[in-house]
Amino acid sequence: MIFSFDLFSNAIVSGVLLGGFYCAVAVGITIAFGMLDIVNIAHPAFIMAGGFIAYYCNTYLGIDPVLACVIAAVPAYAIGRLLYRFYYLAFEKRGEESLQGLAFFFGILFIIEVALILTFGVDYRFVEAAYIGPTISVGFLAIPWRLLVPLIVGLAVIGGIMVFLSKTFIGKAILAVSQDPLALRLVGGNPVRVKEIAFGLSIATAIIAGALLIIIQPIEPSLGRDFIGRVFAIAVLGGMTSLPGTIVASMILGISESLTTTFFGPSWSPAVAFGLLLVALAVKPAGIFGR
Amino acid sequence: MKEVITQSPESRASAKSLRWVFPIVICASVGIASLLLLDLAKTDYAFLAAYTVLQFVALATAWNILGGYAGYVNFGVAGFFAVGVYTSVVIYKTLQWPLLFTIPLAAAVAGLLGLGMGYLTLRLRGVFFSIATLAMSVVLNTLVVNWSFVGGSRGVYILHPETMPFFGTYARYLFVVMLTLAMGSILIARFIENSWIGNGLAALKDDEMAAECAGVPSLRMKLFATTVSGALLGAIGAPFPYFITYVDPNSAFSLTIAVNAIAMPLIGGTATWLGPVIGALLLGTLQQIATVTISSALNLLIVGVLLVFFITVAPNGIIGFIRDMREKRK
Repeated sequence: MIFSFDLFSNAIVSGVLLGGFYCAVAVGITIAFGMLDIVNIAHPAFIMAGGFIAYYCNTYLGIDPVLACVIAAVPAYAIGRLLYRFYYLAFEKRGEESLQGLAFFFGILFIIEVALILTFGVDYRFVEAAYIGPTISVGFLAIPWRLLVPLIVGLAVIGGIMVFLSKTFIGKAILAVSQDPLALRLVGGNPVRVKEIAFGLSIATAIIAGALLIIIQPIEPSLGRDFIGRVFAIAVLGGMTSLPGTIVASMILGISESLTTTFFGPSWSPAVAFGLLLVALAVKPAGIFGR
Repeated sequence: MKEVITQSPESRASAKSLRWVFPIVICASVGIASLLLLDLAKTDYAFLAAYTVLQFVALATAWNILGGYAGYVNFGVAGFFAVGVYTSVVIYKTLQWPLLFTIPLAAAVAGLLGLGMGYLTLRLRGVFFSIATLAMSVVLNTLVVNWSFVGGSRGVYILHPETMPFFGTYARYLFVVMLTLAMGSILIARFIENSWIGNGLAALKDDEMAAECAGVPSLRMKLFATTVSGALLGAIGAPFPYFITYVDPNSAFSLTIAVNAIAMPLIGGTATWLGPVIGALLLGTLQQIATVTISSALNLLIVGVLLVFFITVAPNGIIGFIRDMREKRK
């Protein structure tokens, strides 16, 4: 372990950049898990699906990966709405969502994963774009574009969702349903439709996060499992329902992973998210921004 | 009247012992019958395939003790299993004890892990417990990858003799070991289900708050369930290195194991000891056939599709479905 100020500050910078990407990854789970109480453990599989959409569009159609996924987010939103409708009819309506719902998404996770394996194989895939190679140098700091683009897009996604939730009528309804679905029904709202829209949004953000992932690193179908812990760690650390909490938790995770990779080697970084999560669960289950 | 009072404890005692003798006799006869049947195939492959299916029977049953009876979904099956696997590897590399002595030690280590895990997480809401167990599994995986003594990410070879006294080939021996573990798991699960602990766990599953108010010692019971479930999962992992002869973190923390151990009880039905057994026999056999005839990637797809299908159509598994059908006919 060699410690130097250069190394340390570079690690912090790439941690912040990585944190921006984690914002895009975790915003969907904060909506689904935190606000709607839907334990969508298949969220990382949707992220991988997004990654492979980006790969396909980039390799065969020559479209920019981020652009491809922003377009693909529209049908993904529709699929998310359908999926929620099915989930509602099959589980939530019958009051069996806790164990059965969890198992349902567990099954979805493997269906998506194996579908990707059967379509794309188990090889690592990557995309090509003008911003993947170059790096900006500021003094001794190196800022690679391939991390800067995900930071910008990630913050844009989470910022957009925050504006949407606080400014629009349907956004406020989503916040209302996250606090008390019954009260929303009493004032004449339809919590099922509101949740449907919110879940659609959650899936749409997963697809965009997939594009960011394949920009950062080559991907293969089962990589999504590495992110299950990360997204839930962020959601729990961030206090489940709070989007500013999600941003802070994403940054904490990004920085601690980056420091671990720099000073202990990449083989230790998977334990960081889970270690943080276990500590958070043991010490303060309500999270940093928990109510 | 007096007669009834004096006789009833005795008859109850005999009924109790009968309740024990009967399943053990069934287990023993099923075991011997399957041994004879598999001998007809004349190859070791039959035993190795049967080992895999039985391993899933045992894993599904062990998982169900916590997941089915208490409703706490443990996503860390692979972690507990791998603790058994690597306890076995460490003993192989240091003390060279035979497998039979390794199994109780693996069970003890995994049981302790279960107890510790329980202390750390059981006060959490169900979903958080699930995520915490997943986290534990990944932390363990990372530790093993970085632990060069047990081979790290490169893995380690385990040598075993070709033959075994009394059993003929080593494959037959491994089959008998796993058969015993599976039977043992089933008997333990059945015992827990029928005892006051099983009733208490069922009460917790229905409504934890109400059960606690009614005086069920919930934390102690859940700790008992995590410990027993964890110990069994570890014990099942112990013979695994001898089965595959080359262990690396990917095979010990295998996704197939984690998924199947959860999917099989859910497909079979989690309310009784029979559900996981049915689910595991059905799915395990199907997967064996699919692996040989089609591909192993399709294995997980089969599990995924069946899981989603059964959860949607028959939320209480095959057992629950049959029970509903019977009630409808009445």
